[in-house]
Amino acid sequence: MSDIKINVNYLTRVEGHGNIVVEVKDGKLEICRLEIVESPRFFEGFLRGRSIFEAPHITSRICGICACGHTLASIQAAEDALGIKPTEQTTLLRKLLLHYEELDSHILHIYLLVAPDLVGVPSFVPLIKSHPEVVRRALRMKRLCNELCDILVGRHVHPISAVVGGFTKLPSHNDLEEMHKRLIELRKDMETTVELFTNLTFPEFERETEYVALVNDEEEYPLLYGDIGSTDGYRVSKYEYKTVTNEFIVPYASAKRTKWHRDSYAVGALARFNLNHEKLHPKAKEAANTLNLRPKCINPYLNTVAQIVECVHCVEDAIRIIETLWQKGINYDEIVVPDLNQNGNLPQRAGEGVGAVEVPRGLLIHHYEIDERGVFKNANCVIPTNQNTHNIELDMIKLVPEIINQSQEEIKLALEMLVRAYDPCISCSVHMIEFNFK
Amino acid sequence: MSKPKVAFFDFACCEGCQLQVANIGELLINVFDIIQVVEFREVMSEKWNGEFDVAFVEGSITDEHAVERVKKIRERSKILVALGSCATIGGVNGMKNSFQLEEVGKYVYGEFYKFFPTIHTKAVHQVVKVDYFINGCPIYIPEFVAVLKAILQGIPYYVPEYPVCVECKLNENVCMYDRGLTCMGPVTKAGCNSWCINNGNVCYGCRGLTINPNIEGFKEVLKQFNIPEDFLIKKIEMYNKCKELDQK
Repeated sequence: MSDIKINVNYLTRVEGHGNIVVEVKDGKLEICRLEIVESPRFFEGFLRGRSIFEAPHITSRICGICACGHTLASIQAAEDALGIKPTEQTTLLRKLLLHYEELDSHILHIYLLVAPDLVGVPSFVPLIKSHPEVVRRALRMKRLCNELCDILVGRHVHPISAVVGGFTKLPSHNDLEEMHKRLIELRKDMETTVELFTNLTFPEFERETEYVALVNDEEEYPLLYGDIGSTDGYRVSKYEYKTVTNEFIVPYASAKRTKWHRDSYAVGALARFNLNHEKLHPKAKEAANTLNLRPKCINPYLNTVAQIVECVHCVEDAIRIIETLWQKGINYDEIVVPDLNQNGNLPQRAGEGVGAVEVPRGLLIHHYEIDERGVFKNANCVIPTNQNTHNIELDMIKLVPEIINQSQEEIKLALEMLVRAYDPCISCSVHMIEFNFK
Repeated sequence: MSKPKVAFFDFACCEGCQLQVANIGELLINVFDIIQVVEFREVMSEKWNGEFDVAFVEGSITDEHAVERVKKIRERSKILVALGSCATIGGVNGMKNSFQLEEVGKYVYGEFYKFFPTIHTKAVHQVVKVDYFINGCPIYIPEFVAVLKAILQGIPYYVPEYPVCVECKLNENVCMYDRGLTCMGPVTKAGCNSWCINNGNVCYGCRGLTINPNIEGFKEVLKQFNIPEDFLIKKIEMYNKCKELDQK
């Protein structure tokens, strides 16, 4: 048995800085870990003393890819603390924004970050020559998602008009029409995407684990609201998130890890699919069928396939939301600009609030505590990637012995692809590390 | 003539400005036609060991390791561009500088804070020479394209010295002050086409203060809008805290 030494210094095509370190001596796996080496930015530290009305603007800056997700979790936590109940129109628009976020992020991951591995190239750049129509489609879809966000909230990185209390700007009738038109365009490209990935092969690998995602009793696929549920049959309210996350530290990584009923758990598109597949739009179910994705799927590489299925769902459900808004008509009296709430237009009180939202990479939690002036006393966030890190490492530990007879390069690629499959967002995972309330 | 070799690097940031570049869609193919992107870790696995004609640096410098890394990038680059607020002015990361570093470390990491050594947040030009600045959180794509063109032609790019208000007036927005709200527009560098105000929100000052901002006068005005003193100073410091390191 030969020795293997893999050291991927700065994993590419992921968000943030992480390393993979694997050492095999005399055929025995000695070291196998995912190191997080991102520089901390101390977001929860500097939120203290600031106004809660600034929270969505600031916490959006935790991550450029899931900026809208952080904004929505932040707004939910802030409104919960302040005692603000969003209107039906606001909730619909937030659901629409979350769909755009899932689409934008998933398309980036599916096409630009994962697809190059499946065809054996280091990035999308060589594909410009070899598969120009695929690259053009990917960039067109990506741009379209961005334009949808531009229309709804000003921009995708970092949304402007989504604020505590509602929106600073509401879509005009023309805006609704324009978004509807583009979603119909996107539908065609989605169909081609499903076709494309039906013909691509993902690595075969399975490991039983606990999958965790929001669940609720409504008919809709839960993304914006719900309790925290697991494939092991547990369900708790979002206020009890700490009984789920049970965070712990390992000495070689600057990001905390989590476990619930097993040694690790996984969040993200595959977890949502495993828990809530029966609530997907019929077209998304059909796509899952075509792509041969069936619950409960325990191959982590297929998280990307679950993302494709979710994209189909998001396009269809976004179209439904816009048609609903169209019928009801937009009430422009609901426009709100909180600034620092110096005019007292929004309720304000001392309190604590939790936001739990399904963002592209999985369950995101923001937890805030404020005084009667709305000033931050404490802030805490639990990031999807933190919840996945330990699960990824346990996958790696099972995977390496299974492929140990392959070449070092092949093992390295299999590990990189495994980590990428989870679509890790390392900047997020490091910038938000928990501390103890009270 | 061979295409200029261009690389993208990131330090402490959200990587949203690089994402803005990736977000230009099919135009990206045209851009890749005139430049050779040799390193862009967020979306490419390719690596390059030689010199860079142009290096874009996103993020602020927040630890000693980053200081060394950015110095090495500077040595290898003919032109270095600071990309986005974190790089040009320190950005939101600068808010950390209002706290004792040890205290903020302990708050976030508890007893493990010593594993995460940190220094006062710095903008890139506070560590190495910067040739071009692209402001904003995030960057404004039309400005990115304008700066890229200037770089490729070898001519300077001038960031507007007038405030956001100038562009805001041209866009015929109702002034936030007339709506009983406050706005960082009067003391913030233009160049974003008053992006936030066009979308109904106030300006948060992400592009940095104008060359000669009347901060005292500005504070006086803000005071008239019922904003407590501590909120008011924090409002100005959200993006601009690192500016005080310039004067040292």
